[in-house]
This record gives sequence, C-alpha cells and structure tokens, in this order.
Amino acid sequence: MSLWNRHKIFEKNSIVLIVGILLVIAIGGLVEITPLFYLKSTIEVVDGVRPYTPLELAGRNIYVREGCYLCHSQMIRPLRDEVERYGHYSLAAESMYDHPFQWGSKRTGPDLARVGGKYSDDWHVTHLIDPRAIVPQSVMPGYPALARTELDTSDIAAHLRTNRAVGVPYSDAQIANAAADLKAQVDPDNSGVEAFQKRYPKALVRNFDGRGGNPTELDALIAYLQMLGTLVDFKLYNEKANLR
Amino acid sequence: MTSPPSVSKSMTMGEAGLASGLGVFAYVCLFAAAMGHDTAFTFHASLATAASLIAVAAILNRYFARPTGLPPQEIGGRPNYNLGPVKFASAMGMFWGIAGFTVGLIIALQLAWPVLNFDLPWTTFGRLRPLHTSAVVFAFGGNVLIATSFYVVQKTCRTRLAGDLAPWFVVVGYNFFILIAGTGYLLGVTQSKEYAEPEWYADLWLTIVWVTYLLVFLLTLVKRKEPHIFVANWFYLAFIITIAVLHLGNNPALPVSFLGSKSYIAWGGVQDAMFQWWYGHNAVGFFLTAGFLAIMYYFIPKRAERPVYSYRLSIIHFWALIFLYIWAGPHHLHYTALPDWAQTLGMTFSIMLWMPSWGGMINGLMTLSGAWDKLRTDPVLRMLVVSVAFYGMATFEGPMMSIKVVNSLSHYTDWTIGHVHSGALGWVGFVSFGALYCLVPWLWSRQLYSLKLVNWHFWISTIGIVLYISAMWVSGILQGLMWRAYTALGFLEYSFIESVEAMHPFYIIRAAGGALFLIGALIMAFNLWMTVNAGEAREAEGAGVLQPAE
Repeated sequence: MSLWNRHKIFEKNSIVLIVGILLVIAIGGLVEITPLFYLKSTIEVVDGVRPYTPLELAGRNIYVREGCYLCHSQMIRPLRDEVERYGHYSLAAESMYDHPFQWGSKRTGPDLARVGGKYSDDWHVTHLIDPRAIVPQSVMPGYPALARTELDTSDIAAHLRTNRAVGVPYSDAQIANAAADLKAQVDPDNSGVEAFQKRYPKALVRNFDGRGGNPTELDALIAYLQMLGTLVDFKLYNEKANLR
Repeated sequence: MTSPPSVSKSMTMGEAGLASGLGVFAYVCLFAAAMGHDTAFTFHASLATAASLIAVAAILNRYFARPTGLPPQEIGGRPNYNLGPVKFASAMGMFWGIAGFTVGLIIALQLAWPVLNFDLPWTTFGRLRPLHTSAVVFAFGGNVLIATSFYVVQKTCRTRLAGDLAPWFVVVGYNFFILIAGTGYLLGVTQSKEYAEPEWYADLWLTIVWVTYLLVFLLTLVKRKEPHIFVANWFYLAFIITIAVLHLGNNPALPVSFLGSKSYIAWGGVQDAMFQWWYGHNAVGFFLTAGFLAIMYYFIPKRAERPVYSYRLSIIHFWALIFLYIWAGPHHLHYTALPDWAQTLGMTFSIMLWMPSWGGMINGLMTLSGAWDKLRTDPVLRMLVVSVAFYGMATFEGPMMSIKVVNSLSHYTDWTIGHVHSGALGWVGFVSFGALYCLVPWLWSRQLYSLKLVNWHFWISTIGIVLYISAMWVSGILQGLMWRAYTALGFLEYSFIESVEAMHPFYIIRAAGGALFLIGALIMAFNLWMTVNAGEAREAEGAGVLQPAE
C-alpha cells in the first residue's frame, strides 16, 4: 500500500523524522496554552486582589521551600462539599500574582486557599511547631526551627524587583520601602505602619508569632497563611459581571 | 572517520576544548562559591568547582594513557561499540533506583507515623518527597533510558556512538545534575513545580547536558549503516526532543541574584498551572512512556527472539501517541480556575489516548506470538511482559480518571498516587529491571548470575505492587467519598481530620508494599553485582540479527 511506503521518508532520514516529531508535538501545546495569554475571559478582573506584602512574600517563599504544596492544595473546586468545607470556589484572579502557582495536586491535609482568618495566630504558632499538640491525629511534620530562625530580610527589595520583572505590578514606592514595610507589618507601634497600609490596603499588621525581636520565619509564614483567600470580598463579588 | 595516523600524539579538539572549557567553568564556580548569597548556592558552586577539576584531571589522565589515535570506529569490519558510558549509566541507574525506593519507603512510613519526620528541616516529608520522585523518575529512570538508548542506537545502527568525550559528558553531566537537584531539595532549594523542582542553575546545566545527549543520539542515527531507523529509535528520539521542549517551556525563571539559588518563574497563576501540567503530564508521556516504549520495542523482541508483532501498528502507535499525549495535561486541572474549554480538550484527548496506548501494549504483548512458552522458563522475559500488562492497566485507568465526574472524586486523593505507582512500579520499574537483566550480562559478557533470584525478585516485587496499589485504591476512594459525604440533615458528615485518621491502616499496607518492592530491587542489585564480579564468562554478544521492523 502506497501510504505505508510514504512513511519510509521518516524511517530513512533522521532529520525529517525529528522535524516531523517537533511539528506533531507542537500542535497540542500551542492550541491549549497560547489562548490563555490573550483571551480576556481567562482571568476576570476582580476587586481587592493585590501583590503580596514583603512579609507575605517571604512567608510564601518559606511555604514553597518546605514543600507545603505537596500535601495542601490552594484551589477550591466549585463542588458543593468543597464550597461548604472551605469557602467560595477559587478564582483565577486570586492567584494571578503567584510566581509560581501553588494550586497543588494532593490533599493529605486540607485545602488552604481560604485558611486566612480561620484560626488565631496562636493556633498557627502552636500547630506549626507541633501539629499534634492541637490535632492529635495529624500526620503533618512539625517545624520548630521556623520559630528560632530569623527571617533573612537583606535582599527583600530584590525579590520584589524580580517579581516586577516577571509581571507583578509592584510600584517604585513598594520596592523602595520593601525592607521598612516588612518590619512595619510585624510591629503595630512602628511609625511606618500607616504608609505601609496605604501601599497594601487591608494588610494585617501584628506580631504574628507573639515574640519580640526581629521578625522570624514563623512570623512570615503565618502572615502569609492569614491573608490566604481574604483579598476578595465575596459580599461584593458579582460572578455574573464577567459573563459575555 | 578515523583520525589520520600521526607520529606524535596530540590532543583532539574535543579533549582540548572540553578540558579548557571545564577549567574556565571551575574558575567561574569558585568565584560564585566565594560570593554566593546563600549556603545552598555556595555549596553547589563548590561542588561544581570540584567536579569540573576532577573532570579536567580525568580528561588529561585519559589523554596520557591512551595510544596515539582514538579508538577505531570498526575492528575487523565490525563496529567497535562504545560501551563504557552505557556501563556507567546502567550502574548509576541501579544505584539511584535503590536510593529512590528507599526514600519512597521512608516517606510512606512518615505518613503512617509522622514522628519519623524528626521535625528537622532536612528530613520532613515536604523536602523528601521531591527527592523520592526525582530519584526514581529522573535518576533511576533517566539513567536506564540513557544507558539503553546509547546501547540500542549503536546496535540497531551498526555503528559506534557519535562523539568521543560527548557520551561521557552526557552520562556524567546528567548524574551531576541529579546530585545538585537532590542535595538542593534537602537544603530547601526548589521552585515547587512538581517534577521540575530544581532551581535555575540546575536547569541551565541540564539544558547543556540534554542538548549534548540529543546531538550524540542524532549524529549516531545520521552515521548509521542500516538503511532504516529502527522503531525503538523513533521513540527514543521523540522522548529526547520533546523533553527538551518541555523543559524549556516550563522552566524560564529569573533569579533574584545570579549569586543566589532563589528565582521566580516567568509564568504566573493560571498560565503557570497550565504550563506546569503540560510539562508534568508529558514528563509522564515522553519520559516515562515514550522512552520506556523504546525499551519495550528493542528488549522484548530481542529476549523473545521474535520480530516486533506489527510494523504498521508501530507506525500508528508512534504518531498517534506523540500527537495525542501533548494535549492531555489539563486533566490535572479539572474544576480548577483553568478555563473550561481547556479542561474539556484535556479530557477528550486523554480518553482518545487510551487507543494508541493499548495499540502499543498489543504490539508488545503479541510479539510473544509463538514464544509464550518462554514465560515459564525465563523470568526476565516474564518481567518484561508483565510490565507491558501493567502499562495496559495504567493506561486504561488514566483515561478513566481524566473523565471529569470521575476526577471530581479521585483528584486530590491517594487514588492518584496509586495510579501513578501502578505505572511507575509495574510498568517503568519492571521494564527497566527486565532491560537491565538483559543489558548487564551483554555489556560485561557474562552469564546472568542467577535466574532463580530473578524469579524471587519478580514475585516479591509483584506482591509489593499489588499491596501498594490496592491500598491506595481503597484509601483514595474512601477519602473522596468521606469528603463529599452528607448526613441525612444535609451537613457534611466528616471533618477533614477524620479522613486523615481513616487512612492510617492503608498507609501501613502501602509502606509494606513499598518495602517488598525495595527488597526485590536489593536482590536484583546483588544478582547484577555477582554477574559482573563473579559471573561465568560467555561469548561476546553477536552484533545482533535484528532486522528493521518490516
């Protein structure tokens, strides 16, 4: 049959074969990925979503470093039980400034997309140091070292600048004041709190780990956990607004 | 292309170039180590300095030890195969296999008994899990793929591997990448993209190694002595080139500092998720499937001494598989914030993928036509054939789980873990073991030390796999059902922690299954060690009477 004979061109010429492979594997990726960058419906515009504060970003980096995403998802699906258990289903806009995304793929522990405000700071401090002190059946590792380790804040402005380079809209003022903002967020008596909250509306300011001294890694991680899923006010959110 | 006879010995361009290149690289890394912003980066830069210097010494040492000319392309009219890099990668494959299975067992035990995390930063589940996945997929699987591809491409092209130092650069450079990646995970260096966790500098290094791999493979194909490119080589080529594309697409990142380990990925949010699972699913499709199908297409016919069942089926299998696989990624993102149209495309193509997958399985299994009796007498062939059966099972389960309603139950649960392991332990593990049981005696010209031990390995590991995947099926479905269970009054019936508690017995059974699989691999390592060091010599493997698949 002639069609089978035509295939010989691939079998007898390695360059033709490799070009053929490249063309065939390119199609699926191009069709599925490229439109996500220009279809406006991919990420709807939602009020309240803002870039992370320097402290939250540092906390997020600890979340990434410790591999939390391997057991905790941050993506609530629009299924009845999930919405009742975890809260409103996740919107694309809520992770639009996430480099990398932390949706996860496994729930050995519960979803954390809206864990912010669910528990007290004290609860998190105790739980992160020794999870079984609060939840006896938990299989989560303890992270006592976080409370002992001072947060490395030396290059926080560079972190914001790098984020801006990959598309997160940090302003010049946010970058210039990154180190000061980080300190202000864990210290309600800090003179820079007002300016900080102007730069990051509704950001929480308190001593997250409840201990004095310089901010620890535990401060940063709890600051991140306590803001997760809290940026969008779902009393005001209109899910029909973006329908076309 | 034999080098012209010369009276005085001189370095080849490759030797001089690579040695001086690595010398400069050692200097740059030394500088980076001195100026590094974080401990992990300094540690890795120091490792790179040391490794480069050792490599330079090795190149010089080889130069002074070798005769004037390079090894000839042919000896007595027969190809002079380059088997050194193949031996190295085979041995490393076995080593990393044991390491990866051991870490897998440790993290399985941690889920059953969390005290085993020891609450030290370097020993928690979150840092060990990427170590496990990378060690089994990229270190064990990757070395087996490189070893077999370098062997198969030489044999089926009847020509010596292209390049002189390049194949060594590939196998050693790849294992150096594994070392950097693995130690990085323990130190908390990760970009958190599953199966693509290594940071920017490890990614750059891998890119250099991988392009060299592609060139060595491709140039060997180009100088082949056979008119046709054997079917296994199509799959190897698709695996190598597609992994290169996926690696580049998923990993563009901007480091915070060129002297520090942390970087931020170029993609964000939903686009990052789509890139990640386009990569993630095709790491399965091209690394763990296409590459190992190439092993199936060479080693099963060779071991069974039968030609590939159907040449036309191989053609359809090949093109349909590589075309359809690329689309399947979005099934990892069902019901997420990824647009619906992309999810539906992902599901549709995943279901279609069932067909070429089973076409390939049939092609592998039916190759045994007329040789089925060998399953009784040859445990190595049995291992290869059972691997294809597991492939068939996993590639039925996969499309089923990609259906959105099934996925709404299975996603986020242990069912996914069970599915992955029926493919990883049953298919990738067994086909690799079978290939190594063939390859090691061929490479070292020895008889396999003990077929009886292969039999023990086969049965112990099979029982281990069955325990593992059935435990995960039950726990996964139980988990999914508990999460969505409602009481008669319309309240959620279970708190999350009750579902965690219910997993405990299954986590113990799973760990027991993993332990059996590890014991099997240890038996194998002993068997291969004895084969190389105490096995009886056998006649050198004939150049192979394999015909092109038609």
